[in-house]
Amino acid sequence: MSTWTSDVTVPRSTWFLRGVRAAYSLPGLILISSFIGFAALAKDAGVTVTQAAFMVGAVWALPSMVVLVGAIVSGAALPAAMFAVTLSAIRLMPMVMALMPEMRAGKTRQWVLYVLAHFVAVTSWVLAMERLKRVPPDMRTTYYAGLGGTLVTTNMIVVTVVYAVADALPSAISAALLMLTPMYFLTSLWGSARERAGHMAMILGLVLGPVFHIVLPQIDLLVAGLIGGTAAYGWHLWRRKARVA
Amino acid sequence: MSYFSNGAWWWPYLFILVAGFAATDVWRFLGVYLGGKLSEDSDLLVLVRTMATALVAGVIGNLIVFPGGALAHTSFALRIAAAALGFAVYLAWGKRMIAGIATAELLLLAGLYLNF
Repeated sequence: MSTWTSDVTVPRSTWFLRGVRAAYSLPGLILISSFIGFAALAKDAGVTVTQAAFMVGAVWALPSMVVLVGAIVSGAALPAAMFAVTLSAIRLMPMVMALMPEMRAGKTRQWVLYVLAHFVAVTSWVLAMERLKRVPPDMRTTYYAGLGGTLVTTNMIVVTVVYAVADALPSAISAALLMLTPMYFLTSLWGSARERAGHMAMILGLVLGPVFHIVLPQIDLLVAGLIGGTAAYGWHLWRRKARVA
Repeated sequence: MSYFSNGAWWWPYLFILVAGFAATDVWRFLGVYLGGKLSEDSDLLVLVRTMATALVAGVIGNLIVFPGGALAHTSFALRIAAAALGFAVYLAWGKRMIAGIATAELLLLAGLYLNF
């Protein structure tokens, strides 16, 4: 029944390395390409290379980092930027909640889970939800530390390298790099929506973002999120009621 | 109070810590704390997810409509066409991200090459 029983004797370090290897899979490589796009975006916004690498390690959620850079570009004050990023990061909570039962074993210490939760973002979450089942329960935190730690450090290096070479790139390539981030999110956000309301929220946000960028430039993202999200939720409730009736 | 308003070297890092690190990890920590206590399908979480999705979609919209750097020198029509066709290919090809992203990038580069 369990595929890992034969692996019980495998040492902890091997499980860590298996986690490291899981980072270099297709989702991991797509993530690297989107961090190349993020580096181009951050550089363009006037963020220095150390600040950008720090941002990767400290925030580690690409949507929130893109929102943060967006707030930096629009000259938002610290409270407004914080509010927008907080709103963009709410999705991390249900993700962590769903991952914890998979990761916890009998004697897992609570602080280990708090530390590892920092690595939770779309890519590592998708990989973990898919692969932790095949890892012995008491090796899961080790495996996830290898996976999450590798994704974070690799992409910090990626960002640093892109900063170093960005100026030497032809402008068509720079334009293509800047296009990576919106395309990555356009596809990943649509694919990860849990309910139809998520797709509705996405369509509304795509339109409301640019509209409020003109009308209320400093709080455009916040307003687009609040109005678009509430409208999509209202549509969700209305649809459910219509179906019951 | 904005990112570039203070000349001190530490100000951008503090900005990132408060508006970036604290603003994201509060949800991760809450997720560990609440793990298993709240149902994932509760109505409150649906609202929370739609708001977060609309906000990130707002960012995507702005990145395409009001881009910076080299992308700002491309035409609006080219960017919209590349993104829309890329997304259509993504949907048609069984939601394969690679297909959608590659299509949009190739169209953008082809458009630039042909001076659109």
